[in-house]
This record gives sequence, structure tokens and C-alpha cells, in this order.
Amino acid sequence: MDFLRPTSLADALSAKADQPEAVPIAGGTDVMVELNFDHRRPSALLDLTRVPELATWEPTADGGTRLGAGVPYTRIITELGARLPGLAMAARTVGSPQIRNRGTVGGNLGAASPAGDTHPVLLAVDAAVELRSVRGTRVVPVREFYTGVKRSVLASDELITAVLLPRAGGPQQFSKVGTRNAMVIAVCSFGLALHPGDGTVGTGIGSAGPTPLRATEAEWFLTGELADGDLWESPKPLTDSVRRRFGELVAEAAAPIDDVRGSAAYRRHALSVLARRTLGWAWQDYRTGGDQRCA
Amino acid sequence: MTKPAEVTRSTTGGIGESPLRPDGALKVRGEFAYSSDLWHEDMVWGVTLRSPHPHARIRSVDLTEALRVPGVHAVLTHQDVPGTNRYGLEHADQPVLAVDLVRYHGEPVALVAADHPETARRAMKRIKVDYEVLTPVSDAEHAVHGDGPRLHRDGNVVRHVPIRRGDQNATAPVVVHGVYEVGMQDQAFLGPESGLAVPAEDGGVDLFVATQWLHVDQRQICYALGLPADKVRLTLAGVGGAFGGREDLSIQVHACLLARHTGKPVKMVYNREESFYGHVHRHPAKLYYEHGATEDGRLVYVRSRIYLDGGAYASSTPAVVANAATLGFGPYNVDNVTMDCWGVYTNNPPCGAMRGFGAVQAGFAYESQMDKLAAALGMDPVEVRVRNAMSEGSTMPTGQVLDSAAPVAELLRLVRDRPMPAERGELDLRAMPGGVSNTTHGEGVVRGVGYAVGVKNICFSEGFDDYSTARLRLEVLGGEPAATIHTAAAEVGQGLVTIEQQIVRTELGIQQVTVHPADTTVGNGGSTSASRQTYVTGGAVKAACEAVREKLLKLAVTRFGEPRANLTPAEIVSVLGTEVIEETVEWRHRPTTALDPETGQGFAHVQYGFAAHRAVVDVDVELGLVKVVELACAQDVGKALNPQAVVGQIHGGSVQGLGLAVMEEIQVTEGKVRNPSFTDYLIPTILDTPPMPVDVLELADPHAPYGLRGVGEPPTISSTPAVVAAIRAATGLALTRVPVRPEHLTLEEPR
Repeated sequence: MDFLRPTSLADALSAKADQPEAVPIAGGTDVMVELNFDHRRPSALLDLTRVPELATWEPTADGGTRLGAGVPYTRIITELGARLPGLAMAARTVGSPQIRNRGTVGGNLGAASPAGDTHPVLLAVDAAVELRSVRGTRVVPVREFYTGVKRSVLASDELITAVLLPRAGGPQQFSKVGTRNAMVIAVCSFGLALHPGDGTVGTGIGSAGPTPLRATEAEWFLTGELADGDLWESPKPLTDSVRRRFGELVAEAAAPIDDVRGSAAYRRHALSVLARRTLGWAWQDYRTGGDQRCA
Repeated sequence: MTKPAEVTRSTTGGIGESPLRPDGALKVRGEFAYSSDLWHEDMVWGVTLRSPHPHARIRSVDLTEALRVPGVHAVLTHQDVPGTNRYGLEHADQPVLAVDLVRYHGEPVALVAADHPETARRAMKRIKVDYEVLTPVSDAEHAVHGDGPRLHRDGNVVRHVPIRRGDQNATAPVVVHGVYEVGMQDQAFLGPESGLAVPAEDGGVDLFVATQWLHVDQRQICYALGLPADKVRLTLAGVGGAFGGREDLSIQVHACLLARHTGKPVKMVYNREESFYGHVHRHPAKLYYEHGATEDGRLVYVRSRIYLDGGAYASSTPAVVANAATLGFGPYNVDNVTMDCWGVYTNNPPCGAMRGFGAVQAGFAYESQMDKLAAALGMDPVEVRVRNAMSEGSTMPTGQVLDSAAPVAELLRLVRDRPMPAERGELDLRAMPGGVSNTTHGEGVVRGVGYAVGVKNICFSEGFDDYSTARLRLEVLGGEPAATIHTAAAEVGQGLVTIEQQIVRTELGIQQVTVHPADTTVGNGGSTSASRQTYVTGGAVKAACEAVREKLLKLAVTRFGEPRANLTPAEIVSVLGTEVIEETVEWRHRPTTALDPETGQGFAHVQYGFAAHRAVVDVDVELGLVKVVELACAQDVGKALNPQAVVGQIHGGSVQGLGLAVMEEIQVTEGKVRNPSFTDYLIPTILDTPPMPVDVLELADPHAPYGLRGVGEPPTISSTPAVVAAIRAATGLALTRVPVRPEHLTLEEPR
């Protein structure tokens, strides 16, 4: 097995162009498990940990954030909790401290597992993925990124270089069900972002379908309810029936299966609860101005 | 820099103290040498080809392509087993390598040795096995009653233990029925199966291995290799946990076979997935119970049928069946009992020893029944237990009279009367069901409290000749009296080596005590299981000390011209001079008897251990997630030889029971293991582990060395039912199966 260790992005891209079968490795929290269990035998590994361009984040002109694909979860939690509140919440639920020190959002996207912890938030905030190759750069909305179980639009000569996240204009939430209280893969998960600026909401469902999913009907429903009641301007508490209906629509948007981690019926049920609760928390934040601190 | 000298560094402290473990600091620093760290110049690596099918006929095995891989030294099948291709703890019913039939998913079929583990694995994948896939027998209850094919010559029942005592037709005004299920729990030790076999010039083999019982391994290896015992020498390597899962063979015969064929040292290490196939698990069980009681809550009768799924091979199923049967009514006085307990062959993974050993499955069922009875009577669940609690002088369902302390009611009162943990304060996700995954800020969270008590036999039962051997050498080294204690008893992490040192210090009044590595150059130490090593090997060490002291005192008469009762270290130095006293002692606990095959009556158990738990849980009743808030335990240990180690055992046993209550299960569908990884076989993390206050009683057992009572298993019995009782209290659900899953808490109808 070749072990390629580029020290610049240009070298990494040309290595990937020369050997498209090379598997990129950053934190290794997915790839090494597959190698150790002999589930995968790539002819080459492309080590991205020495590529400085991937390990940084910076603000963008429109107030958003360009997050390098190789920034580990620990840094997202400690440095970006205010800028990227939803992503930081999701990062906190990843594995153990050791895993969070190594694992990256780029890796989560590269694996494109429906159980990846960051996908629901990336969907909810309408993030975009920056993909680069020697042919050039393209930016793909994350909502168009996933194409199937552990599959994405990533071409064989491309690397995930960054994630572009819009400014958090309102409260964000992330919630994940697992059958123990830490270090657990999601049975199902849910991300929510309120966008007071344009009066919309964003959602993301994890581990309850072949890919991470949006609950589009739920988004439309809630957007409509908030507009009809003029709630953005005069934020009253949401009625129980609105929160409940939102939960039901999220559950309906899921396409879960039965597996060792949980049954399809439970996943749907749990998603309805997570959606209802996260909406309650996010709206409470909005009403009490909690989001202003994050803005 | 590792300092090997620290491994055997003497610490101070006799019995009743809590000296530092000699292996403690090394383990914390990651410097302890486990069996998987073994290394030898010129060694090759062995791997095991396993069956992907739970039940299949082997039509042919083609090794041609595997043998062509450069770097391969040997590819072996059953035809290369020189002795008898059978092994097993109680029945030799398991092939070392499958012949023409595989009976479980993961059964070993062939072995490869190569100069690199990757090479060995690649060659292994080139072995072509032509299987004719057969329908697996997967339901133990059906298998007992004769449905489906016979998996072994004598049928599918490994053992049936009946108990008949008192009026078999007794009736009572209050009757509760229940059907309970226990899922397949794994020992989940962290150090995978591993060892190193080194061929010797005398035609024998030296094996360094992580195991629980060197001599029973040796016996089975000799049988399979066709070698006498003096040609198969075992030394205990560093053991990373056991809990019963290392009582059966894993790499032992395979590594020795490869070493003898290649003429090279052979190392074998399972990875985590293979480890799940490479050791036995806790028997899944289905248990039917009927309890009859008076209006004031006194048990009149109990009737039970228990089915234990032993999987493809017998392992220790016969003894597990006897335990589930004889302990299956719990620590309660009841005159009229009927029990039928079966252990069965199926095509599920083999099951055998795991901490609690049959008493765990029964304990979940009988304690669930006691709660059901309390509910039917409108009585407090502790009160109904106390009313029926056994005490010293009570008669077990086997007719055996409890002839030492049995403080069942006192243990229950101790956990009941503890102050309750505080109510939840400010939001801290770590204290919530769902933990840091941010699933609730208090919504849907209901607190519940549950109680349970359990009983476990200590040491081997039913007339087994259960003994241990200790060799003690006393000499003067560097002007100080120094002892070396040598046994074959396995230190698996429980702290036996510390206990051995403590006993020698106390008995001989000296400080410098070295523990010799455990190996087969000394006699049998018995198994590190059944909570027995401090009792039996501790007893042997104490007896060896007494034998050495007797010789020493005789020498002292010569030296001082008069008898002395005790000698100071300085006097020992002066008495011994350059002489060395060495004594080897075999020590036995009191004998037991077999169970009557018709009535299950007999003096079957050496000693009984009791523990009680109170569990306090917070349940998110909408999501079905559980946070155990506190798990208090009270246990009688007779005498705490090392109080810190005792509490450690109680904590560990309690958490293992908590794991069975809410998360730990090997999921098997039609004989196939679905979650062989720590990604999907979940064990409690520190965030799942609650504060565990412990009350330790020390009511001496006059039959046992120092009055001690085995500690390791009793807390594992009562922990599971206490946690489930607390979840029932919070949810109002019946919860008849463990582990309780979120589905059970959210999608089931209230009782």
C-alpha cells in the first residue's frame, strides 16, 4: 500500500489526480477502522494531515464561515461554538475526546455515512461543500451532496477542501439518540436551524434513511405557521399542536430501516420527539433573544 | 522507560489492608505487558478461518491457493490434529478444527501461519471451503422438546436438572405468573484472546497465554496434541479481563499445532470482531415462573421452567444449568418448589461461563416475580422480600441448610434505608438520560426506584474435587526474610497476586513477598471463576504458610533450645541462616455432593454469597432512554481481605449487571451474530456509570479461610433486576426482557 504524504494542497490534488483510487485520510477515525477490520484494502492512502490549507477556518465576506475540511471536532467546539452553534453541538456528540481530537467534518462528508453526526446540521443550515481537483473548484450545496448509502457527488480526482456555512442568523439545535449516554453511533438524529432573516427554517435527519435527509414538508409547514401568526415579529410561545405537527412531519420525512441499533418504528417515533423538543428549545431561544449572543 | 523490576516489587500490607496492586500503576500508564504484547525473534503469525454459516456441511476444503502465497509456513485442517480432535470443559464435544460439519457462525475450520499477519489473513481468504448450508436450530425451547434435527449424537439436551421439594400440588390465594427473557451478554473483556506458542527441542511446546485456568487448558491441549503433560508447559501471560470468557480454549491448541508444524514460535491475536466469535457468552434464557403466596405475602410455592441456550457446544452448560436450577428460587424461604431447568444445544454461538453463571438469568426472573407479587398484594417490594428472606438455618430448595450467615433481610434494609440521591438540579446534560447527545432538558424525565436481592454459590459445586496448590519458599535474601509464593492460579485483573502477598505477610510476619509467575510447573490452582480464588488459592497459600511456619518453628527449637510461638523477622533470619524452607500444599474446601437426579436434592454448594441493590433511575419516557442515577449495594463478604479490592469487585459486578439491564446484548438472528464490534455491542461508559455507594458486611463464615465469602459474582445477580425494577417504577411497563431497549419503553403497551 502506498502512503502519500503531500505537504501542500497543490501536491495533494495532483496526487489524487495521479492516483484517483487513493483513499484520503485525515483523522482516520473511519478509515483506520475499515483497514484494521480488513473491510477495505486501498492501494494507496493519501494523508492530508500535513496539508496546512485544510486545517484552518476563516470568516467569509458575507458573515459566514469557511471551515477547512481537516479542522478537528475539538477545535470546532472550542473555537467556533458561537459562530457555528449547531455544528458545535453535533461535534460534542462525536465519539470520545480522543476521537474528537482527530475526527473532522471533511471526513464525515467523505464517508457520507447516513449516521455521520454533522450531516443533519449541515443540511439544516444549508451549508455547501467545496470540492477541488486539478481541474478546478466547485461548490456543491450539501443538500445535493449525498447520493446514496456512503456515496456522494465527490469525483474520484477530487478532495473535500472546505465546508461553507452561512452566518447563524438564529438559534440552532442538534439532538441525537443513542442507546448509551456517550460514545455512541446515532440511532437517529436531528438538526434544526431557524432563519429569522428570511423567515425560513432548516432541518436535517440523520441515521434514518439511505442518506442524511431534509424534512421539507416540515420546513414548509413551520415556515407557514410562523409567517401566518406573524410570530417572527411578535414571538409568542408555539402551540403544542404546532410543535407536535412539526414532529410528525419530520418523522414522515424519514425512511428508516430495522437494524441492530434500532427499529424503523422507533426511529420514526424518536425523530418526532427530537423535532418537537429541539423546536421548543430553539423557539424559546429566539423569543428570549438567546440567539443574539450567537449572531 | 519501563522498569520491569516494578512488576514484582513488594508492597506492604497484610490482610484487612488495601496495599497497592503490583500491576496497578503499570496498567494505568499503559506499560503492562498483556498477552497480545508477546514477541519472539523469528516468530510467525497464526490466523483462524471460521465458518460464515451457523449450520453447514463441509463438502470439501481446498488449500492449494493458500499454500501458494509467499510467506505462508503452514495451512492446517482437522487432518493435522495429531491427538483427538475434541475438547471441552465438561464434555469433549467440540472439534479443534471442524471435520465435516460446522455448528455455529464462527466455528474454526482451518489455520494459517505466515511470516506476517497480513500475509496469513490473505492466504486464509484463499482457502476454498465448499459448504452445503443447512437450516440452523435457533430456538432452545423447541430444541428441548425434540423439534428439528439432532445436533449431537445424544440429542439436543445437554442437561436437565429437576428440583422437587414439598407439595407439588400446593395452591395459594395469590398467584402471579411471568415469562421472562434474557439476551446474550458478552464478557467484553478488553484484552483480546492471544498467546505465543514456542516449540521446544524435546518435542514439546511452551505456551504463554491469557487464560483463567492453566491446568484445564493443559489437559485439553495434551488430549488434542497427543502429548503427555510434561511436554505441554503453560505460563500465564498478562490477562486483560476474563469474566468467564477465558475458561474455554481459544488460541491454545491452534497456536501449539502451528508451532509444532512450523517449528517456529507462533503468535496468535484475535481482533475485536474475531474475539466475539472466539469465546463463549452468557446463556440467553427463557424463564417461566409461577409464584403462589398467602394474603400477607408469604410464599407458598414456586414453579419454574428455565431454558438456557447453550449454543453449538456444551462448554460449561451442565454446571450453569445446575446453578440456575438450585439458585432459581432466590434467597427466599419457600417449602414447595418445582423446577425444570434445561441447557440445550442449538446452532447459536456457544455459551458457557460468565460472571453470575446461571444465577443471573434466574435472578432477573425471580426478582421480577417478587415485584409482581408485591404489586398484586399492594405491598412494598422490600417488605415482601424481607418477609420471605432466608437467614442462617434456612433450607435451600435442594435441602441444604444454610450453615453460615445469610443476612438477606439486613442487606435489603441497608440499601432501602440509605438517603436518596438528590433530585436533579440545574441542567447538566451529563446527568440526563441521553447524556451529552442533548435529547432532553427535562422533558419526559421520570424518576423510579427499584430493589433486588440475589444469591450466588461460591466455589465449584456438586462434588467436584475443587482444590488449589501453593508452593511457598522462605529464605534469607539481603539479610531479610523473603518469601516466594508460587501458584498456577490466574490473575485476570481481580487482584489475586496482591491477596497472595497479603496472606503471606500476615501469616509469616515478614514484608518481602514475591509472587512467582503462574505456570504449570506447580500443581493445579483451579479456575479463576466461581468467585473462588481468594477462598481456594487463598486457602492454599495460608496452608502453605502454616506448613512453612511449622518447619521454621521446629528449626527455632534447635536454634533457641525452646519452642517459640512467633518469630520476628530478625529471629527468622537468625533461625534460617542459609537454609531454605519450601513447602507445597494442596488445599481443598469442604466437600459437596451431587444432586439427586430425580429431586435435585443434595449438599451441592460450598458457600452462598448474598448482595442487594437499590437502583435509582431517570427515564426519558418519551424516548425510552435511561440514566441510572445511583446504584447502591450491600453485600456480605465474610471478611474483606483487601477492602479496596472488595469494593472494586462490587462496583464492577454492579456495572456489568447494569449493562445487561439496559444495553449489552449480542444480537443473533437465525444463528448469525449481527453486532460483533464495540461499535454495536455497547458496554457502559463512565457517563452510564452512576455513583455506587457500598455497604460491606463482614459476617465470618466459620468454614472458610479467615471467614471470607467470595465477592466477585453476587453483585452481578441483583444489579440487573434492581435497575429494571426502577425503570418499571418510572414507566409502569411490564418489561419482561433484558436488556431493556428504547423500543420496549416507547412502543409497548402499559401493563
